Amino acid sequence: MPDWPLYEVFLRGKRGLNHVHVGSLHAADAEMALRHARDLYTRRNEGVSIWVVKASDITASSPDEKDPFFKPSGDKVYRHPTFYDIPADVPHM
Amino acid sequence: MTTAEFDEDDNPYDLLAEDHDEGHRWAFGTGFTDPLDGVDTAVPDGVDPAALARCCLALGDDALIYSHRLQQWVARLPELEEETAVANIALDLLGQARLLLSRAGGILGRGEDQLAFFRDEGEFRNVALAEHADRDFAELVVRLLIFSAWRLALFENLAAAPDPVLAAIAAKGVNELAYHRDYAARWVIRLGDGTDLSHAKTQAALDALWPLVGELFRGDPDVQAMLPASPGDRTVHHGTEHDRAFDAVLGTVLATAGLDRPAATPLALVGGRAGRDGVHTEAMGYILAELQSVARAHPDATW
Repeated sequence: MPDWPLYEVFLRGKRGLNHVHVGSLHAADAEMALRHARDLYTRRNEGVSIWVVKASDITASSPDEKDPFFKPSGDKVYRHPTFYDIPADVPHM
Repeated sequence: MTTAEFDEDDNPYDLLAEDHDEGHRWAFGTGFTDPLDGVDTAVPDGVDPAALARCCLALGDDALIYSHRLQQWVARLPELEEETAVANIALDLLGQARLLLSRAGGILGRGEDQLAFFRDEGEFRNVALAEHADRDFAELVVRLLIFSAWRLALFENLAAAPDPVLAAIAAKGVNELAYHRDYAARWVIRLGDGTDLSHAKTQAALDALWPLVGELFRGDPDVQAMLPASPGDRTVHHGTEHDRAFDAVLGTVLATAGLDRPAATPLALVGGRAGRDGVHTEAMGYILAELQSVARAHPDATW
């Protein structure tokens, strides 16, 4: 239906900590979108949790603004935590 | 599908699909091997094998024929998303049919394909509701609501069946049927409580299908024999009284949807016999012709 709004679908896998964007679909409302997402995106046991968000509710950065947005951080290596020596006995690093 | 910029190296599906306990990702039904492979199929003492086989045939045929009817909707539904939903439901039911026909076939000495493709109409035990051709989307969702509410109530009871294989098949089916019922109920409420036109079409679908409900509660002796021995474990009361769970679900959904419960009389029996006795409606011959013709034309073909 052309008048059904677009929803973006986010899934969290069994071992995943965060929801990952997997695609989009059309639905009449959020409840229907959730069920459509279950049928379209979890058929192969991919997920344990689904979020749906109306695409029009997402504010996205524009590709035109890509350079002013992201270029300035490209040459600031000192922002990366690579200038420390990590002691050998610090776990999970 | 519109998506944001998509980096080949950062495919979200790789992230989601990796490391999910291998072997269970492709759940029941993708292999063409025996779906009961590795399962102890000995019939326990105290269970009549012939009655168990007839029970599994009845419930398996309901699923097989209903699945076929849903498959016929694929590529004809109004929306891609609904198509996937209906195809998923058809696949769930086909999976149930495979397990149940395999259980029956193990006792009868025939394979699931033999039972599905090489039985004649009179040997099929499905109810008439399974073979009904939906005339529109309203009939699709109303019929699915009736079928899944009835079958779910039955499977919840069969999950404690004295035969452990049937009990396991029923327990697996409960989750599937609960989703089917939820899908159907949401659409019945959406359409019944929608516009004047959608309400009228949904009420018409309910009126058209209601005569087929009576057969569901005739109480097949073979199915009843597989229910848990203790009456306290049962919520299904076959015979003159309609199943309470079914009544409650239908009552709630129809009330929310603003639909009237029809007072139609059940479809007349043919000499006291109906679907469970191998007596079917005219539609059944056409279904079987489509379902069986390829297998019968090439009986030695393999998958």
